[in-house]
Amino acid sequence: MTLVTNITWIEGLVGGALIGLASSLLLLANGKIAGISGIVGGLFQSKKADRNWRVLFIVGLIFGGIITTLINKDSMLFNDIPSLGRASVAAIFVGIGTAFGSGCTSGHGICGISRLSKRSILATLTFMLTGFITVYLGV
Amino acid sequence: MKNLTSFISGLLFSLGLGISGMLNPVKVKGFLDLTRIWDPSLMFVMIGAIAVYAILFRIITKRSKPICEKDFSLPTKKDLDFKLITGSALFGIGWGIAGICPGPGIANLATGLSSAFVFVIVMVLSMWSVRFLENR
Repeated sequence: MTLVTNITWIEGLVGGALIGLASSLLLLANGKIAGISGIVGGLFQSKKADRNWRVLFIVGLIFGGIITTLINKDSMLFNDIPSLGRASVAAIFVGIGTAFGSGCTSGHGICGISRLSKRSILATLTFMLTGFITVYLGV
Repeated sequence: MKNLTSFISGLLFSLGLGISGMLNPVKVKGFLDLTRIWDPSLMFVMIGAIAVYAILFRIITKRSKPICEKDFSLPTKKDLDFKLITGSALFGIGWGIAGICPGPGIANLATGLSSAFVFVIVMVLSMWSVRFLENR
């Protein structure tokens, strides 16, 4: 089920610019690419010195979620809560896919395309295509 | 210092997702669903983010090193291989099933919803399983 939504292009551009700034800060200060799946996936094998920045980035993400929830609950998951089964199946695909494909919407879609990486452009076209097909089929 | 900058980056990243509506799967599915009145908002988020990052990336990487670390850690792989395409294809299917990708999944832990926790736990275990098997 998908509800018809309004096009929010100004919020999109402003929020997107903020995401670009956040990613730039991580590059300037920490020298790292702001790819969420890479940051989370890397926790598994990281040494202690390489672990803290990852954990704190994730804590920052959750804090942003808390602030957004307090300001506008409607812009969170509450609108379309997946069943536990649907959440699990989606998460298996997202987890295996991003680990195998070395990135997600942030690392490939934003950072990679900005660097004009051929790998990231191909990855983004691929996950958008299968995303479109999955929703089209009404999975 | 480097932990603080990382925290602030994660916070701003998440606020950017929140402002743009991308923490709400209805907006994401509105983009992925071409059978209804298409909602291209997600495209504008990418345009805004890429416009800023493409410029700042070039300026920042002219430095010999980042502020808090010895080196930049940038991707080195160049090959357009089977793994990249298969993995990305699987990710897109999962993204379409729930309208949630890794960043918004984690930020939505803030809702306290059990679906958000299940999503993140299963996602992380799946990522780590792949890494574990690859490193055996």
